[in-house]
Amino acid sequence: MRRFALYAAVLVGAAIMLFPFLWTVITSITPEGSLADGPTLIVDNPTLDAYRTLLDAMPIWRILVNSLLIALASTVFQLITGAMAAYGFARLQFPLKNVIFGCYLATLMVPLQVLVVPLFIEMKTLNLQDTYFALLAPTIASAFGVFLLRQAVTAVPTELDEAATIDGAGHLRIFTTIVLPLIRPALATVAVFAFMGSWNSFLWPLVVIRSPEFMTLPLGLSTLQGQFTTQWDVVMAGSVVSIVPIAIVYLLAQRHIIAGVAHTGIK
Amino acid sequence: MSTSTLARPKPRQSQQPAAKRRTTSWKKLGWVLFFLLPSAIPLTLFTLVPMVSSLWVSLHKWNLISPMEWVGLDNYANLLTDPMTRRVFLHTLIYVAGYLPLVYAGGLGLALVLNQKLKGRAFLRATYFLPVVTSWVVVALVWKWLLNPANGLVNQVLGAVGLPTPGWWTDPQWALPAVILSSAWKDLGFVMVILLAGLQAIPSDVYEAALVDGASAWQRFWRITLPLLSPSTFFVVVISLINGFQVFDQVYVMTGGGPSGASQVVVGQIYDLTFRYGRAGEASALSWILFAVILVITVVQIRGQRKWVHYA
Repeated sequence: MRRFALYAAVLVGAAIMLFPFLWTVITSITPEGSLADGPTLIVDNPTLDAYRTLLDAMPIWRILVNSLLIALASTVFQLITGAMAAYGFARLQFPLKNVIFGCYLATLMVPLQVLVVPLFIEMKTLNLQDTYFALLAPTIASAFGVFLLRQAVTAVPTELDEAATIDGAGHLRIFTTIVLPLIRPALATVAVFAFMGSWNSFLWPLVVIRSPEFMTLPLGLSTLQGQFTTQWDVVMAGSVVSIVPIAIVYLLAQRHIIAGVAHTGIK
Repeated sequence: MSTSTLARPKPRQSQQPAAKRRTTSWKKLGWVLFFLLPSAIPLTLFTLVPMVSSLWVSLHKWNLISPMEWVGLDNYANLLTDPMTRRVFLHTLIYVAGYLPLVYAGGLGLALVLNQKLKGRAFLRATYFLPVVTSWVVVALVWKWLLNPANGLVNQVLGAVGLPTPGWWTDPQWALPAVILSSAWKDLGFVMVILLAGLQAIPSDVYEAALVDGASAWQRFWRITLPLLSPSTFFVVVISLINGFQVFDQVYVMTGGGPSGASQVVVGQIYDLTFRYGRAGEASALSWILFAVILVITVVQIRGQRKWVHYA
């Protein structure tokens, strides 16, 4: 009996979680005229009109590619810069190491809002508004990534390095052939966070991008709302386009996300 | 000849290691630069420099176009006496006060249930986590549609069972609750995962001992689960407060801060000050005030954790 109640509660909850997504899909294929009649679960004559309107309204393919490109680039850069810094902090001895690491951590604590105005001005002065570089710049390196990866590198036994050094391996060799393969779970976690962060980010693209050719999905979606205040089917079609790729990434990396979040969640 | 050959090794001996040391330390420095510069350069250019220049901008009157005008601490003084500042901070506080209990209670309930051996547990966990990976803009748009006062699904259901159907984002009173509801829905899965990790770290023999002593399920929850979950709770509260004070995306998309400023939050005000009213100096000052508030709250929490956080 108690079991049954539990199942019922959990399934109702899951329905509440999934329903808006289902709803988004349904709305996106409902003919515009019948939207006014109020919500229905069964669409009498489903149509892809909303998706066609979406294609006409904005360069949606370009926007999708922009989002993917920026998210992938920011992921790759954060992995490279993060892993290298992590190795540097974990394995090299140099003066002021703790002070420098403290500076990295300090940048973690500054909210994006504090940076938005001067960062915008920086891009404006360098004439980099409306460019891919401007979108990418703040996400090339992440102190969070460095922090997480440094923990992982520290956990790799130094005996492995020493053995490799005796065999004549240098830092680069140790880094690429010993450390990197061993910190793969941490790299996966950082990759997922980097991709998610870039894919979903809104404030920075909103500030630095004006022309549709350089928009990313969240930005494109929000402008859609202004253009078509009543065309909810088009807005929902755009939402579907934006959810599908991240849902795929999520399903592929699901194990890592949950483990990664739990890991950073200090048990 | 012989004296010179005898004499020669001496300086060489003292010179060689020194030279070697010098080259190795240059080499060492080279490695340090090699490994650190790829991250240090972008972090400096795109975080540290803007940080410093933000402070500089906050001491000026500036509309992003005409030359900057030094005003010292005037921006800060003006903001602290401006009723608008109080208003946006109040809205942000209301947001946090509504959002945090909802998301914690919901996340805890979910974590407790999904920590049990249920069929399809992995699928359920994934389902609850799906909104976390979805962008705020999508979530805000979908919920704006669901909470549509005229024919949104939520009001249709409420109306059908005879409950009042609020104007949600068109009614000043309901705009913030609408934002809070959708935010809580989105972040539930994140809190759940953190608390699940916390639950799994509680050793089962503690429960076994309590069972032997005849503790009821209720007692076990209050006396064991909650206290031993306090480190995870602490983490959730700290992170949620930091994120809560920085709320922006969902407000911007759902209500745009309206109707008539009823749901304007601090970051929304920073954005509007800069890009709508051309008051970049005040915007920078406001962002530093926000940062100071977040910092103080976080430090107070870290100081206060000794009173209620128990590390097993």
